[in-house]
Order: sequence, then structure tokens, then C-alpha cells
Amino acid sequence: MNFTLKIWRQKGAKDSGQFVTYPIKDISSDSSFLEMIDILNNQLVEKGEEPIAFDHDCREGICGMCSMYINGHPHGPENLITTCQLHMRSFKDGDSITIEPWRSSAFPVIKDLVVDRSAFDRIIQAGGYVSVNTGNAQDANNIPIPKTDADKAFDAATCIGCGACVAACKNASAMLFTSAKVSQLALLPQGQVEAKARVENMVAQMDKEGFGACTNTGACSAECPKGISIENIARMNREFIKAKLSSENV
Amino acid sequence: MSSKLNSNIPKGDLRDKWSQYKSEIALVNPANKRHIDIIVIGTGLAGGAAAASFGEMGYSVKAFCFQDSPRRAHSIAAQGGINAAKNYQNDGDSVYRLFYDTIKGGDYRSREANVHRLAEVSRNIIDQCVAQGVPFAREYGGYLDNRSFGGVQVKRTFYAKGQTGQQLLLGAYSALSRQINAGTVKMYHRHEMMDVVLMDDTTDAKRGKVARGVIARNLITGEIERHSAHAVVLASGGYGNVFFLSTNAMGSNVTASWKAYKKGAFMANPCYTQIHPTCLPRSGDHQAKLTLMSESLRNDGRVWVPKKKEDAIAIQQGKKTALDIPDADRDFYLERRYPAFGNLVPRDVASRAAKERCDAGYGVNGTGEAVYLDFKYAIERMGAKAVESKYGNLFQMYEKIAAEDPYKMPMKIYPAVHYTMGGTWVDYNLMTTIPGLFATGECNFSDHGANRLGASALMQGLADGYFVIPYTIGGYLSKDIRTGSIPTDTPEFDEAEKTIKERINFFLSNKGSKSVDYFHRKLGNIMWEECGMARNEKGLTQAIEDIKKIRADFWKEVLVPGKADEYNPELDKALRVADFLELGELMCRDALNRNESCGGHFREEYQTEEGEALRDDENFAYVAAWEFKGVDNKPELHKEELVYDNVEMKQRSYK
Amino acid sequence: MSWFKDTLTSSIGRKLIMAITGLGLIGFLLVHLIGNLALLAGDGGISFNEYAHSMKGSPVILIGEVVIFSGFLFHIIDGIGLVISNKKARPVSYGGGANAKTSTGSKIMGPLGIVITVFFILHLVDFFYRAKIADDLGLDANNIADLYALVVEKFQSPAYVAIYVVSMIAIGIHLNHGFQSAFQTFGLNHLKYTPIIKFIGTAYAVVVPGAFAFIPLFFYFTK
Repeated sequence: MNFTLKIWRQKGAKDSGQFVTYPIKDISSDSSFLEMIDILNNQLVEKGEEPIAFDHDCREGICGMCSMYINGHPHGPENLITTCQLHMRSFKDGDSITIEPWRSSAFPVIKDLVVDRSAFDRIIQAGGYVSVNTGNAQDANNIPIPKTDADKAFDAATCIGCGACVAACKNASAMLFTSAKVSQLALLPQGQVEAKARVENMVAQMDKEGFGACTNTGACSAECPKGISIENIARMNREFIKAKLSSENV
Repeated sequence: MSSKLNSNIPKGDLRDKWSQYKSEIALVNPANKRHIDIIVIGTGLAGGAAAASFGEMGYSVKAFCFQDSPRRAHSIAAQGGINAAKNYQNDGDSVYRLFYDTIKGGDYRSREANVHRLAEVSRNIIDQCVAQGVPFAREYGGYLDNRSFGGVQVKRTFYAKGQTGQQLLLGAYSALSRQINAGTVKMYHRHEMMDVVLMDDTTDAKRGKVARGVIARNLITGEIERHSAHAVVLASGGYGNVFFLSTNAMGSNVTASWKAYKKGAFMANPCYTQIHPTCLPRSGDHQAKLTLMSESLRNDGRVWVPKKKEDAIAIQQGKKTALDIPDADRDFYLERRYPAFGNLVPRDVASRAAKERCDAGYGVNGTGEAVYLDFKYAIERMGAKAVESKYGNLFQMYEKIAAEDPYKMPMKIYPAVHYTMGGTWVDYNLMTTIPGLFATGECNFSDHGANRLGASALMQGLADGYFVIPYTIGGYLSKDIRTGSIPTDTPEFDEAEKTIKERINFFLSNKGSKSVDYFHRKLGNIMWEECGMARNEKGLTQAIEDIKKIRADFWKEVLVPGKADEYNPELDKALRVADFLELGELMCRDALNRNESCGGHFREEYQTEEGEALRDDENFAYVAAWEFKGVDNKPELHKEELVYDNVEMKQRSYK
Repeated sequence: MSWFKDTLTSSIGRKLIMAITGLGLIGFLLVHLIGNLALLAGDGGISFNEYAHSMKGSPVILIGEVVIFSGFLFHIIDGIGLVISNKKARPVSYGGGANAKTSTGSKIMGPLGIVITVFFILHLVDFFYRAKIADDLGLDANNIADLYALVVEKFQSPAYVAIYVVSMIAIGIHLNHGFQSAFQTFGLNHLKYTPIIKFIGTAYAVVVPGAFAFIPLFFYFTK
């Protein structure tokens, strides 16, 4: 298969970038999207040009590192997969493919398609945990948890922190990401002790990072590679309102 | 035992060793801890758990990962589960049974004391993770569910659908995040360790040269940084990427432990490689990585190839599909060869059996390197819905990659490099042969022997990180309370920084014509062919020569674009592959030295008449620990004899 | 009270303001519509003018008006603020478009808001100002201000009717998203009830603006 790639090139955070067009030939339909970029990069290196910088690691859709915005969709046109799981058979021979980085003021571009997502880490650091020191735990089966709650908590916990929700949202909002963690812990008894402080601190950090607000468009969930539901955002709103009205954090 | 190796295994009864030792180990006073710095390299299960635990205890911790966030460490990709001797299923499980299964699964090549400790703390891990909010699978009554894994006859595996590694890692990551927030851990993401720095011990001359810091490279700015500490903990994972194609993440590398090796930490059993039986077969030369399908699939999937060669050939040529082969013409070779364990034999056994069938010409795809994993029978037995609820996400993943519906067509699978049991040699305290340098998780060699059982890697990573090293490191650091902070403006740091800068400058100014991947692929090919599932003397001897040649070519011909002071992934790769090219040779040497077959190490010269691995306990019941003697010199072999006081060494049988 | 300010200026707090004021305004629309239905009584405007007259002078009505006006004001100002800060969150837009699957209404709430605000001002100037502030209308048979005559007169112009109808469509789309979105913002999302809320929202968004739009069409075509 042959393709015309329109790829965003940007030297560094302070430089302005632009699209550069690269034709690429003889790609197997079985090759993955990132393998196609690998091939292009090898060609660029052997021509003495700089390869395209992009984030990737596990290449099996779980580490959340890959982050390409392809033809108007984070992680490309298919549902419920990450960029690394996308295969060229999802495109037509001769297609023109536009590839950009996530765009959000909270995710500054580092180089080409690589962005800095440490804002997500700081949101988790603000409260996305249960404060239990190693060695303090009681027997695991002392806390029975209704299967439906455990399953829902798991569904929220499957977030891979890739940032597709931010990339897809017209407001570059991080509500889906933040709410997934808030929800997971709000659904479990272990999370109740710190529930109020957690949601207050995580939302405050999220706002501080410069993400937009949620306008309930649902784009985040529609484009999430793990299919995380916006029901989680509602749960976070609920937790937030509850916490703000009843916490003693004045 | 070599005079340079002291495993420091405590005396006493196996069952009491750890608890006894724990209560006698020297401690660091809480007020002193904050004056003691610990560096942790890697933030996977072992590193993340260790860094978080150190932080909770009050040490000053610096944690490093090369990814953009500690949450991305490759522990996240583990699918199936984590073992623990909880006996929640009332099926007769116990600490001893988990210990025994692990020793046997490792083909009697691991240390009794370490494995028993692992089995003991396995129970605490589950408690700890549940307390953190890890959403393990539960039954309708609200209690934890378990499933069964290869090589065992009890249900002791805790899981979270097919994403257990992810959930456990996010648990460790959340604990780590809490400590970052508390200020006890300083996190350096997108940083790669370039070298470990040794200095003379100022407080205890007996210890000689001790690990006192690392050189790290900021992958964004290219800056070379100096970081000092009273102890350095490696948790940098395995080295499966020496094969180029593996189920490891693209960035997984050996550099941290290799630099430690070159500074004097011994490398143990490097040839013990786990080839995982259920991976997606390779589809072409473009392939950059192989994808694992969880071993849990073998609970309900049945592995087969056609009985008749002509059927296999027709399938290979695309003239027939699996559906054209009637049940009577299907060879369920695992069930045939191993009736007691059937499809749930350990990984090494399952992998070799697949290779045997494919080598005999019964493979079921165009390359002839694939076997079927069929869910037809499970769907008939329990219905498609039940199968979906158990394996839905794995089936979906398979369909996305292979473009075939596993509910209708059997999956095609083939073994791939997955895990490395070998690694940096450590004693009972997880300390390497360099005082003050520790190694945890997949990075060390200690617990899995020659073969790792499924769902044991997560157990070991978390055991080391949460429940072993937080205690044992105290014994070492208790002598450091008067050391004070370690300066970084020393000749040792100067020297280490200079060396690494020279190497970087070399790469960027070399006028070569081939990309780093070109050499990595070549190395991988040799490793897979000669040091993969089956090895022999001739092949290994040749491989050592071939690798030397590729290494020489690499240094002449490699082309690395870009500059040193910018984000430059090609440079990162070059620095890693340079180390893989040295490691590959050592792995072949180790495989050549070990004139027996055991676990993941299968020497064609040493097999039973039925083609099973043939151990030589008389001559090879030892850990082969290699000491670096220069890149072009033969490394020196040190032997740690393995003593089995509590189990009888038997021919492993799963029949 | 810094917690109060923090709450309302947070991203969720600002959405709460939108949701509370939005639902208030949605309620107001229904009250307004019920009054307007008097236009269709067929009595030459007697009951409509009586209704309009009753809306004058009472302190209760005055308080109601203040509340509704502040509702509009907060809704508009907060909405503008959100649009600005949301734009700031993505300073560089996508070159390859943004094709995420969403309902159209949700993506154009801002532009719809502008259309509705313009209509709102026009509507105030034409009716509210004339009837309540300028108070320069003629008298009807009962000797009260003849607002009915003004309505009939305005609805003779095809352009005016068109503006009305288009604005009602805009309100309909705005409401269709806004109604269920408000519940989502309050955190009321449930497997059982969210579909019901969505149905009510859509029904409301069709029926109420539809009825509002019916009135000018009725007067135009029956003149």
C-alpha cells in the first residue's frame, strides 16, 4: 500500500511547527501504524534526515504512551484501540493521512509528535491514591465488595492515562481522566476515608494545569481507547458537590 | 562456592529463616532516615513499590524512569494474574505448596530460601494491593476470585480481567505518587541511567568500593546529570529485547544492569530466557514487536495442529482453514503428551512442544510457525457469553491485531521471547556483588530458576519492592548514618561522566550509513536462531563469533542523526543497543557453558528420548555468575552451588 | 467564604452555575409559554392583555423579574467566560480537523447562545421595553394597555416571523443538550434514569420552542 503522510514537525517547545508531507510506498496492510512510522524513520535516518519523534513503548495498547492524532481522531479512526494497535488495513491504498500531536496548553509539545503529559501525574499526586503504608493492610477478604461495584471500579481503573480524552475534547478538558480515578476510589470502601479531600484536591490541580471545562459533549468517551464512560464525570461532579458542601476545608 | 559469592542465607529452619532474620536485621532510626538518600532505577512493580515504601519509611528517595511517567513501566502489560498462597479456594494451597511449585517450575535452579520467602510474603501482597484500591476480580458474594495458571494444580491466581499488571502497577504508582506529593520521593521521568558510580567507603573501609550514585541522562534536554546516594536500587526490568522481537516494551533495555555488570556486579544465568507459548505469530519483516496473549487462555482454550501433514500443508497454502479439519483429524498434542496437566503445562514445556510440531511441518499459517488455540470447545461447554466475560478483552485485542474473530476461528499462536529469569546476581538481601547496589524484580536472577511459572513475575516484583528490600536495605544503611551527604564533585563522578559523554560524541560524529535498528535486528536474528528455544554447541559457538562481528560493524557503520542536547530517540537506542551487543555474547557463553537442559534453557544435545529437558544435577546445580573482565576478554565464571535441603530434586514431570 | 468562591470559580463550579441558571431559565420558558397561549384565545386579545396587565406592579412579579434577569446575565457571562477559558486550553487548533463522534448540539452551544442572546435583546426591546418601561401602548376595550395589538402587528412581517422561528430552533437545540447536560453536571447520571432525563429533555426542547414558534406562524398565516 502507498500513502501520503502529512506529519507535524516541530523542533522544540519554543519553536513553531508545520506540516511536512512524506510519501511512503510498499507498506504491508498487516503492518501496524507505528511500524509504518518506523519504516519511514529508518528511511529518513539513512538519508541523513532527522526521524520523526513520537512516543511509544509497550505497543500492545496498555502503557498509554503512544499519542498520535490521526485524521481528526486521537489514536486514529478505529474505536477502542490505541495508535499502536491500529493497523494499515484500516486505511485505503493511496490515502492521505494527517498526523498531529495532542493539542492542549496543558500538554506542551516537546518535539514533533511528543507532548509532555506530566500534568496527569500531578493530578494523581494531588490525591489519586489511598493513603495506606506498606504493611498496614488487613486480610484482603475482610472487605467484601459487591461485584457490581468492583467491576465498575475496575472499568474506571482501566484508564491508561494516554490523554486521548484531552485531545478529543473541544475544550481540552481532563475531566474524563480525573473522574476515572476519582470514581474508582469513590466506588470502593477503601477510598471513602479520604474521599472528600481527594476530589477537592484533584479537581483543583486539574484546573491549575490549564485544562478546559467539561461541556458534556461526550467526545472524550467516544474516543477513549478503553471506552471509559462519562458516567464517571457525573460521579466526580457528585463527589465534588458533596465534598464542597460538607467538607471542613474552608 | 566462589570466594567472591556469599549468598548470606540466614541459618535455621526454612520456614523461620525470614521472620527470624527480619527481627534481627539492623535498623535505621526514624530520625536518621531522612538524611539517607536512596536512588531507585525504574518504576515498575519492583521499583515503584520500593520507592514508595522507602518514602513511607522516611528515606530521601530519587526515582528514575525512562518513560514519560512512572505509570508506563512495562509491568503494566502483564495480563493474567498474580499468585498468592491464600488458599481462599479451599483447595489445599499453602505457603509450602507455592514454594514447592515455584522450585519445581524453575526446574530446581533457584534458591530455596529466596523462593520460600517469596511464597510467604505473597499473601501480604494481596492484602496490600486490595487496601490500595486495586480492583481485583470478585465473586458475587463480594469475595476475591481466583483462577488457575500453568504448572500448578490449585487456583491461587488473583486477577483483574486481562489487566492485572496494569492494576497492580497503578496501585504502586499511586503509592509512589503519594510519596512524591509528600516530598519524600523526587521523581525523574524521561531520565535514563547511564552508569553507576562507585567510591571508597569512608566510614567502613572493609566494604571497599561501594555504590554511591549514578549518572543519568535527561532524555529531553540530553543533559548528563550526577546523582549521589547512600545506596542504589536497580529495578530496571529484563533484557528480552536483546532478541529485537519480544513481548517487551520498545524501550525496555539492559543498560542499567549492564553498566552495573561492567562495574563489578556479577550477571547470573543470563541464558535463562522464557519463551512464552501464547503470542501472536509474526507476520512479516516490518514487525517491531510481538504481542502476548495471556496464558490464562490455556485454561479454556485447547491447543492443536492437524494430525495429517497434507492438512497442514493445505492450511499453510491457504487452501483449507481450521474449520475444515474434523475433530478426529486434530492433534491436541499437549493433551496427548501431558495428560495430567494438558494445556496447562508450564511455559517452557508448551513452547517447546509447539516448536516441535512446527519444525515437523505441522504449522498452521503461511510461515509454518503457528499452532491453533481453539475456544470452540469452551463455547460449546459454557456458552459464548461466559467465554466473553472471562476473556472478552483478550479476544477483542486478538481480533484487532489478527483481523480474525476468535469466537469463530481458532486463534493462531506461537512462542515469543517474554521474560528473562537470569539477571544481576544478588544475595539474600537482594544486594549485588557491589556493596550498596541492589537489584530487584526481573532485573535480578533470584527466584524463578530456569523457568518462571505464570503469574509469578508480578508476585516477585511486588515482593521485592514492598516486603523484602525495605527491610534488607536497612541492614546495609544502618552503617551509613554517619556518612553524611555524598558529594558529586569527585573524580569518580568526573570519570563516569567523561566516559559517557565520549560515547555520545562518538555516536553523533560517526560517519556510518546504517540505522541502529539494522544492527539490533541482526543481533536479534542470531539470538533467536541460536540462543532461543533450542540451543546447541555448534550454533552457540558460531553465534559468539557472529555477534562479535556485528558489534565491530556497529561501531564502524552506525549512523545516529541529531544532536546531544535535544530529544534524540535514535541516540537513546544507540546507547542501549551497544549494551545489548555485549550482553548477547554473554548469554551465548552462558548457554554454551551449561551442558544440560533445564527450564527455558534447552540444549539439543541433552534431552530424554521423549524430547524432554534432561538436567544434570551432579554438574550443573549451580548459579552461573559471570564477572566482567573487559569487552573483548572472556568473563570469569563463579559458581554458587544450589543446596536443596527441603525438596528432593526430581525429573520434572507434567505427564 | 473562600471555599464558596473556590467552588464556584472551579471548572465544575462554573458548570454548576450554567446548569442551575439554565434549568431556571428552562422553567421560566414554560411559564412564559403558558401566558403566551392566551394569544390564541380567539377573543381579540382581551385575555392576553389582562394577563399582561397582571404582570405589572406587583412586588412578587418584580422579584421574579430580577431573578430571571440575573439568571440570563449569569448564564451569559459565565458562558462567555467558559468559552474563553476553554479556547485558551487549546491554543493551537488541529490542522486535520476534529472528527470525534458527538451530538452536534453539544459542540455549538456557544454559537447557539449568541443567537439566542441577540434574539433575547430584540425581544426585550420590542415587547418588554414597550409594555413595561416606555408604557406607550394604546388601550383596548377594557382600557388596559393593548399589547395584543403590538404582537399582531409585529407578526405581520415575514422577516420578523422568520427570525422568531429560527431563534426558536436555536433554543430547541440549545435546550436539547442543555437539559440533560445540567443533570450530568449535578452528577445525576444513572443507568435507569439518564435515558428518561434525555427523553424529557428532547421532548421539552421540541414542544416548548415549537409552541413558541407556532404563535407567530399562526398570526402570519391567519392575518
